[in-house]
Amino acid sequence: MSIFLLKRLLTLVATLIGASIVVFAVLEVLPGDAAQMLMGPDAEPEAVTAMAQQLGLDQPALTRYWQWIAGLLHGDMGESYVYGSPVTELVWERLAVTVPLAIMAMCITAVLAIAAGVFAAANHKRWGDVGLMGLAQIGIAIPNFWFAILLILLFSVKLQWFSAGGFPGWSEEAGGGFWPALQALLLPAIALAVVQAAILARITRSAVLEVLREDFVRTARAKGLSRGAALWRHVLRNAMIPVVTVMGLQFANLLAGTIVVENVFYLPGLGRLIFQSISNRDVIVVRNCVLLLAAMVVVVNFVVDVLYAAIDPRIKAGDI
Amino acid sequence: MSRQTDTRASVPNYPTRAFTRAQPQGFGRRALQHRSFVLGALLTTLLIAAALLSFAWTPGSAYEVDMDAALQASSSRHWLGTDAFGRDIASQILVGARASIAVGLIAVGIGLTLGVVLGLVAAARRGWVEEIIMRLADFTFAFPALLSAIMLTAVFGAGMINAIIAIGIFNIPTFARITRASANAIWARDYVLAARACGKSRSAITLQHVLPNIAAVLVVQATIQFALAILAEAALSYLGLGTQPPQPSWGRMLSEAQTLMFQAPLLAVWPGLAIALSVLGLNLLGDGLRDLLDPRLTRER
Repeated sequence: MSIFLLKRLLTLVATLIGASIVVFAVLEVLPGDAAQMLMGPDAEPEAVTAMAQQLGLDQPALTRYWQWIAGLLHGDMGESYVYGSPVTELVWERLAVTVPLAIMAMCITAVLAIAAGVFAAANHKRWGDVGLMGLAQIGIAIPNFWFAILLILLFSVKLQWFSAGGFPGWSEEAGGGFWPALQALLLPAIALAVVQAAILARITRSAVLEVLREDFVRTARAKGLSRGAALWRHVLRNAMIPVVTVMGLQFANLLAGTIVVENVFYLPGLGRLIFQSISNRDVIVVRNCVLLLAAMVVVVNFVVDVLYAAIDPRIKAGDI
Repeated sequence: MSRQTDTRASVPNYPTRAFTRAQPQGFGRRALQHRSFVLGALLTTLLIAAALLSFAWTPGSAYEVDMDAALQASSSRHWLGTDAFGRDIASQILVGARASIAVGLIAVGIGLTLGVVLGLVAAARRGWVEEIIMRLADFTFAFPALLSAIMLTAVFGAGMINAIIAIGIFNIPTFARITRASANAIWARDYVLAARACGKSRSAITLQHVLPNIAAVLVVQATIQFALAILAEAALSYLGLGTQPPQPSWGRMLSEAQTLMFQAPLLAVWPGLAIALSVLGLNLLGDGLRDLLDPRLTRER
């Protein structure tokens, strides 16, 4: 187990280092000088050079890469060109939107998918199963941002239950509060969750069907357990391993999805920050945020791997 | 009538029925009986037909700005109405199919070509070559594809070509993985061993035995990746990083429609429907092909 952990941990670190190099290198070729961008197109060349010097852009790439990594290790992400404030602060502010959004979406996904998947499997080849799986097939085909727009059309334009976008903030002094903030995140979370839930429901259904065929389920039924009890007590638990694995993989899609969905709802989250910073040529913000997202994906997958190695002793280091 | 049934009943083991059932059915007949394949093929044909039709004929103009005709409801002249610039929506949907197909075809082409080559090499060489290729493939999974596509289109400029390349790059590891996994299974077969014993080279075996045997898996995966490419193009165009105006694209139509949701809500419905139906069609086609091309994979699920 400890060798397995060590191996996975080394891969994790190597992946993160690789990711930082790739992100840095890609952004190096970003056209449009950040200094020129800040000073405007009419700026004097001397002023632009001075600005570049002030930003440290005149130093060789390798030096700047080291400075970035060294800063990161100290929890310092540098300063945004555009906002003029430390990137760490900006990121924390935005994470207060993106992380709750992703968690909400993941919870909705899990509840919808597991309920639908187990129900479909329990009613294998009957109407409930066929209907739900048809719905799932449609759910997979719907782009999340279109679903988001449809939700706005229905709940904001027609029924006027929710506002069409924006985020009031978590603190009551700023005019927001816990419930208003949660309400603002609900539609985006549903939009993100539906597509993922459709995929996960299919996985859950086939995992449950697989386990239902096992001998121990027959034994459980033979000793007098009802169908429902056997399903909850024996089947679900054993079917959870593939489900949890796929949920870990889906987290990456969910995070990427936040970029688009935050744009649909004008939510001030990490995804929108990345998107805006790319158009502003705010390289420092972009590279830190992209690396942060990649790190979140890698860490979540690491946790999933370790967790299910802990849950299922049959999984050994070599299998993963 | 009754006599006939009697004769049959009197010969219970007469094999006609069993015999006809055991006869191998042609691909075409099996395909026509497969519901999701038929529906998927129908929707996919519709998508391709829409794109082809748009070259020859559109009900109105997808490009011509006519402010007098702005935001009209559907009529005999404008089937699905007009947008804020008076352009015909139905025509834009037809022309928009071109962008989706172009992106899907080329992006899957890039992924398929490079991914399959890498996967085949990994399976044929094994050892450190395989290790490096597969670790690289794992590595790219750390970046959500859409995020990377946004970064790439931002760096190299927004536009359809860059969107295609960005989406294509992220198809490579998917194809490399599936190719290597399927190819490894073929390499373990006895007939490959026999071919090696006959002195055939690795590359000859790869081309003559491995590739034809994994083609079905690749075709199925290609339809799925095609659907994903359409979704990715739509998302990029929605964000303004994909297909550029005046070329109509479903994703951009949606972003334009979003600003007019209170005046013309239906504008936000049609392009999304077009995307969803195309993706649904390709996914169903993929599912159907998987069942039809590899009956061993069809299990009672």
